[in-house]
Amino acid sequence: MSAQSLIMGHPMSSPAHARHALLYMWRIRKFEEAVEDLFGRGMMHGTMHLSIGQEASPTGMCMALTLQDQITSTHRGHGHCIAKGADLTRMIAELLGKEIGYCGGRGGSMHIADVETGNLGANGVVGGGIPIAAGAALASKMMKKGSVSVSFFGDGAMNEGAFHEAANLAAIWKLPMILFCENNKYGMSSSTEKAFAIDNLADRGKGYGIPAVNVDGNDVVDVYEQAKIAVERAKSGEGPTLIVAETYRWKGHSRSDKNLYRTKEEIEEWRERDPIPKFTSKIIEAGLMTKEQCDAIAQEATDAIIAAVNESVKAKPADPAGLLDAVFKKASA
Amino acid sequence: MSERMLTMAEAIREAMCIAFDERPEVFLLGEDVGIYGGAFGVSADMYHRYGAERVLDTPIAELGIVGAAVGAALSGMRPIVEIQFSDFTAQAMDQIANQAAKIHFMLGGALHVPMVLRTPQGSGTGAAAQHSQNLEPWFASVPGLKVVVPSNPADAKGLLLSSIDDPNPVIFLEHKLLYKIPGREPVPEGSTRIPLGVSKVVREGKDLTIVATGIMVNKAWEVCEKLSAEGISITLIDPRTISPLDMQPVFESVDKTGRLLVVQEGPAHAGFINEVIAQMAGSASFGSLIAPIKRLAGMNIPIPYAPQLEKAAVPQIEDIEIAAREIVKNWR
Repeated sequence: MSAQSLIMGHPMSSPAHARHALLYMWRIRKFEEAVEDLFGRGMMHGTMHLSIGQEASPTGMCMALTLQDQITSTHRGHGHCIAKGADLTRMIAELLGKEIGYCGGRGGSMHIADVETGNLGANGVVGGGIPIAAGAALASKMMKKGSVSVSFFGDGAMNEGAFHEAANLAAIWKLPMILFCENNKYGMSSSTEKAFAIDNLADRGKGYGIPAVNVDGNDVVDVYEQAKIAVERAKSGEGPTLIVAETYRWKGHSRSDKNLYRTKEEIEEWRERDPIPKFTSKIIEAGLMTKEQCDAIAQEATDAIIAAVNESVKAKPADPAGLLDAVFKKASA
Repeated sequence: MSERMLTMAEAIREAMCIAFDERPEVFLLGEDVGIYGGAFGVSADMYHRYGAERVLDTPIAELGIVGAAVGAALSGMRPIVEIQFSDFTAQAMDQIANQAAKIHFMLGGALHVPMVLRTPQGSGTGAAAQHSQNLEPWFASVPGLKVVVPSNPADAKGLLLSSIDDPNPVIFLEHKLLYKIPGREPVPEGSTRIPLGVSKVVREGKDLTIVATGIMVNKAWEVCEKLSAEGISITLIDPRTISPLDMQPVFESVDKTGRLLVVQEGPAHAGFINEVIAQMAGSASFGSLIAPIKRLAGMNIPIPYAPQLEKAAVPQIEDIEIAAREIVKNWR
């Protein structure tokens, strides 16, 4: 996508759109950096899966969605939550095990859901959210809601049975669903070269009768454009689309990762394809925003994260007293 | 009052139809539940009554089916999933145990999964090891699942309607030998419910308490009848829902009889019935026992094929009779 097309009536050519895309990518980046920092300082426990470097994919996809549209997310899910509109304080508070956190401290990083923004939840099981998103799409179709559901998953999930079964259900029932693969090249340490006998993961779509498209997952405009097309297709009753976004995680799989399976050069190469400066220079070149305006957006994101951390740190720790009562939902009278 | 004697398959179908008529968000999905009428004929003509959208045939994809039900349940629908044999829930266990069971708790109560998973289980059909298991302890050991094991048509109807009402995931385990036989009691007409978590005292006696689940309730009943003619009177208790489990009637009964026999079809080792024993051992009623607790359960083997081997693998009426007689005669 060239800077020219941003000017020539492209959907993201309005300053409001461009501002949103840049702000949300920065929010994700700054959130992940804050999480890494809090872990580093021993203020967070458990584990973390950071999505630094992948910000354009959830941002571009979720910009094509409304609040009624639903998503399911993954263990590397902070970006999806933020892109769908989650509250940063409740997210940080959850990771810090606080009562005001999204799950009241019961879920942590891998289980944040937000009903108000249509987020059905991150998932600790690879591929676990894909059939659930198919079910959400089935409900949308049965209840004539007109909404679409998007399942985010990684390249690793494409080898899970859950992917195959859900893709087939979505195809045969023509569900309003988008299967969004963030191909970040590694399922933990297994490269796509080791885990797949095909070069292009989008080829899998054909086997289910699902149209598939490759996008540059580090180009928020490219992601948004294809997302828009897939959403329209789903909402007009034509069924699911598989989007395969090529991207890369800069950080290790989780805290324990020593990066033994990839080279420093490879990581460096992808750092140079950082989605944020790439988009920033495009919108400056296109005259949509000035450098000062872009810097102010980055600062706005930083300030929002700092405020969220400060508020969360002070919040009340989650209380074990209510645990037994939290297992089942009480029947409403 | 009506005196309708239905089979369990008919009673379950009636409950589903009542729920379909009462709530537009209820639907049934599973393998061959549509025009075929279900592998055991439970959905029968529902496809013709309610149409292909609400009686939804699926491909053979248990993980996908249960996952789709979970997603639909999260999004305003109230699915009833039929898994053709309980053994095949192994294919769907991630969605059952990691997703459906945990979503409400793990996500901080923001979402819940009003889903019923109905599935036939149990031995006695010559279908061998992969189509005959009793898997209730798998489900009962996962917090977040309710587990129902009906033993007769009237209970099946009332418990299924309560399960469909329940805002949480319910595993509804139907013994396949019970599908085609009428119960001892009539099935009430209309939209009647039996609450989950209430054990049923099937009959009362003073010499022995038997706690039995599923089809073993029926086998134990036969023994109660026979021994009562010999002057041995037995209290028979059917927990009906094993999660949650209502032990109060068991404690109260043992306080009177002083003897406890527990019976299940599934293997003894780590079986559900051991929970009844454990709770008894930790209760004040333990002091009321005048005899060691006797456990009758399936052998710790996969269910074998040949009829004589299959019968040998699980408790039969004669086994219950011998055990009941011994415990009463030997401990006075």
